[in-house]
Amino acid sequence: MHTYTEKIQNLAKDVLKQGKAEMVIGFKQGTIPMAANPFVAKNENDADNLIWSSTCGLNLANYLPGIKKCEGKIGIIAKGCDSRNIVTHIVENKIDREKLYIIGLPCTGMVDKKQIALLFDDEITQFSEEGNTLIVKSETKEEKINKQEYLRSNCKTCTHRNPVIYDELVSDLVEEQIIEDQFADVKKIEAMSSEEKWDFFDKLTEDCIRCYACRNACPLCYCPTCFVDESGPQWVGKGQNTDDIKTFHYLRAYHCAGRCTDCGACEEACPMDIKVRNFTRKLNKDSLELFNWEAGLDISQRPPLDTYQPDDPDDFIM
Amino acid sequence: MGNLLEHVGIEKERVHFSWISSAEATKFVDVVKKITEKVRALGPNKKLKKQYN
Repeated sequence: MHTYTEKIQNLAKDVLKQGKAEMVIGFKQGTIPMAANPFVAKNENDADNLIWSSTCGLNLANYLPGIKKCEGKIGIIAKGCDSRNIVTHIVENKIDREKLYIIGLPCTGMVDKKQIALLFDDEITQFSEEGNTLIVKSETKEEKINKQEYLRSNCKTCTHRNPVIYDELVSDLVEEQIIEDQFADVKKIEAMSSEEKWDFFDKLTEDCIRCYACRNACPLCYCPTCFVDESGPQWVGKGQNTDDIKTFHYLRAYHCAGRCTDCGACEEACPMDIKVRNFTRKLNKDSLELFNWEAGLDISQRPPLDTYQPDDPDDFIM
Repeated sequence: MGNLLEHVGIEKERVHFSWISSAEATKFVDVVKKITEKVRALGPNKKLKKQYN
């Protein structure tokens, strides 16, 4: 059991018992190993189901805008990226800060489940972790692997592991990573020619089945009707046409400009293992370079696309 | 916006942004001339062009 699990359960019980919040959004163990399901604990008994592990890769802030009926506060367990998306929700007036009771969780990174699954020919039957060591078992073999080597790629370059906003913490804050070149992957694509770039993204999206799991897992995607579901006007074709697939991915990325926290929920949810962060990463790099902006760090700051400054970069205007 | 289009492989010279007031007819003409020159040099666009067959 992860050392955070017991602490989370006790904190959640305390929060629910004392009425600090009406519910606590967290994770429970899924039906198969390495699956963690989002879970809402509404009473102390529920809180026994809460868990924590390096497989809790989805972003819980995604579930906040959907909660309509709640008289009291909503409790939520938030790792660094979740907390930044909570800040984004507050900044975008999706939810009041006063409505939330945030249990901050200093994160040490989530693991890349698809990469671990590649180590095995058969199904994984057991997953546990001891500190930095992951113990993964199948019917035929057991692997002890170093968690650092199997981190998700967004966790490898994460510089905000600690929650940026919280009412209480699960543990002491962890040391933040110092990343020499945060956008090495984006720079690699930038160095390509137009044709190479086009082919790169052709290859990237060729397996897309238009399931929209990336959109559904994303806390930024909360429009009541998404542009892909609209039929009048129909902004983008619904079939498997490669241009329609790409248009969906481009437009989804644009909607995340200046808002994406690089939480990796989109890639975590993708059943076809498409690295959709390749689209949003470019926008994150531009936000940082052009506007010195990283999303969701401060509830008092307005995002760059919602403010005008006389010195905003405008060299693209002819 | 232009940056991401360029990033995914649309030629930079194909997409232009300008700010022209309705009173700036000559500027409009100048900008359109410049754009058509640049796009003509690139040739016809083959990307994001849906085939209906």
